[in-house]
Amino acid sequence: MNYFWDLFLGGITRGSIYALIALGYTMVYGILELINFAHGEIYMIGAFTALIVASVLTMHGLTGVAVLILATIVAVFYAAAYGFSVEKIAYKPLRQAPRLSPLISAIGMSIFLQNYVLLAQTSDFLPFPNLLQDVLLPEAISGWIAPSEFIIIFTAAVLMIGLTLILKFTKMGKAMRAVAQDREMAMLLGINVNRIISRTFIIGSALAAIGGVLIASHVGRINFYIGFGAGIKAFTAAVLGGIGSIPGAMLGGLVLGLTESFATGYISSDYENVFAFALLILILIFKPEGILGRSSQQKV
Amino acid sequence: MKLAEEFKKSFFVALWFMLLTFPIMVVQVNTIENVVIWRWHNIILSGLGSFLLSFCWQLFLRRKGHSTPAAQASASRLQHLMAEPRLYRPALIILALFALIFPFVFSHYQVNIMTTALIYVMLGLGLNIEVGLAGLLDLGYVAFYAVGAYSYALLNYHFGLGFWTALPVGALLAAFSGILVGFPVLRLRGDYLAIVTLAFAEIIRLVLENWNAFSFGPSGISNIPRPGFFGMALTPEQSAIYMYFLLIVLCLLTIFVIRRLQYSRIGRAWVALREDELACQAMGIDKTKAKLTAFALGATWAGMAGVLFAAKTTFINPASFTFLESAMILAIVVLGGMGSIPGVIIAALALILLPEYLRVFSDYRMILFGAALIMMMIFRPQGILADMRKKYEFHKMKDSRIN
Repeated sequence: MNYFWDLFLGGITRGSIYALIALGYTMVYGILELINFAHGEIYMIGAFTALIVASVLTMHGLTGVAVLILATIVAVFYAAAYGFSVEKIAYKPLRQAPRLSPLISAIGMSIFLQNYVLLAQTSDFLPFPNLLQDVLLPEAISGWIAPSEFIIIFTAAVLMIGLTLILKFTKMGKAMRAVAQDREMAMLLGINVNRIISRTFIIGSALAAIGGVLIASHVGRINFYIGFGAGIKAFTAAVLGGIGSIPGAMLGGLVLGLTESFATGYISSDYENVFAFALLILILIFKPEGILGRSSQQKV
Repeated sequence: MKLAEEFKKSFFVALWFMLLTFPIMVVQVNTIENVVIWRWHNIILSGLGSFLLSFCWQLFLRRKGHSTPAAQASASRLQHLMAEPRLYRPALIILALFALIFPFVFSHYQVNIMTTALIYVMLGLGLNIEVGLAGLLDLGYVAFYAVGAYSYALLNYHFGLGFWTALPVGALLAAFSGILVGFPVLRLRGDYLAIVTLAFAEIIRLVLENWNAFSFGPSGISNIPRPGFFGMALTPEQSAIYMYFLLIVLCLLTIFVIRRLQYSRIGRAWVALREDELACQAMGIDKTKAKLTAFALGATWAGMAGVLFAAKTTFINPASFTFLESAMILAIVVLGGMGSIPGVIIAALALILLPEYLRVFSDYRMILFGAALIMMMIFRPQGILADMRKKYEFHKMKDSRIN
């Protein structure tokens, strides 16, 4: 039972991170109908920035929660800036192009960013300081769950609730939903579509960066290639829940995290990624619209 | 006036990029010795580079925006030049002669590189069927390549099958796996297809890496025999030359088959599918059949290339079949021009040979690929040599009368 509980918590932890990254995919897909391949790389850059800031700060004598908070803030800023720039460079000039063009451009951007970090930093795995350890939790909580797992789940939940509220109640959220529904109509109604798209990228990238910082300090090491695997898995989560749907991405992330955790725990740990990819293929074959998604009719 | 504006804009872009690249490019932490290396010179590089790039970017974007018809005219002028028999026939003869004498003039090393490049020509042409003609973005093409390579290696290891038997078997197995992947994903839209093929390729690679009893895991399979030449024993040099000619012949065969396919009924169905799926269906084309044949045929060439690759290197392991390999083959097709056979050949040769001869840039190879993919999509989506659709034009009869 204890083993089961561990796997369950591990799955939820993983799943919350997947969900955080998946939100970026699903929001962009909802608006542009584009798989933002570079999204995983944004997550990786967020983690790298956090590592750099945290290391510099600890070398200057700072410790504890201050490092965590500062590193996260800088990482979020940089990830958002990268997300914004990526959209301006690689996707904006291709708004009117055939569907395949922005997708290939996104793949190019993903390769570019990976190798940019590889060349500017290193190809080795870097140890990531466990920043979450320093957060003190009341005895009642730390008795049944590891502190880092609790923080990850808690932060992810808060962020997702926050995002849902923003989308539901603010003017910007309303505009985002309008653009996702019908871009041209939204434009006619006076919504600055380009600005909304930029903001979508910024929000998605910021969420990915937070996910990156959290999981990097949980796992303890990063390299330039982590974005690729995390990206595909988060995309799987987005598809699983129904791409374009925000609650779908959250649910999909949790389902994927649990599946992976139990499959590696009870079947074999060598095939960790195979389970995720097989799940993706199965979902696309049997229910391509996802758990919460609606099937859409193709229009001419 | 306009120049000054662009200057100003580029300046701000440069500032933005200096800020953007600061943590990754300037700061390097050594977490073991706990020291930070500040590389301030990088920020100047980044600033200057982004300034120049942004300037050129605006220039090109403006030119693209203004003179689209003129640019198209110039592109077609190049194509007309290419289609001119007086020019391309001698060029082809020179090329053929060069290909013929190449292994006898240049060293063993050069021949080997050329052979590798020719394998990529085959791969590029194969993927061209899927991406270029049928518009099915396949990000897991390397899976079929792996199927081909492993089927030769394993069949040889277990049953002692020779190269010439393995070649069709590998191609068939790859085609079969193409159908296997293609079948379930046919209902999906383009971008889902991309992700499913990517996932499929990763599954294949991970299985090859972890299933030790089947594929010998990460250590791979070595001592794969080179193809025999009527039972004669060949020295490595002779064998390399033999492989080279084998590939030349197979590439010619590939070109021939693809050219025939391109203008056949199924080839035109693929192009129709690429251009507009709904309209294509409405015209009575069997979408499922067209997609499946595209997948299976594309995979067939990858399987053949895989067998050749295994025979050439005599050693394979899963590390040769990563996503980057797929991305590179895709880059060949995209840069060459989707659907264009000469374009794909030129791009394959350029992308494989240039990094070999420009060793200085070999570190920067992948980053340049990435940048090239983006730039190509924005500024020249039709590729280096755009595919020319066959047109049937009506000419006046006077020439034929005189003759």
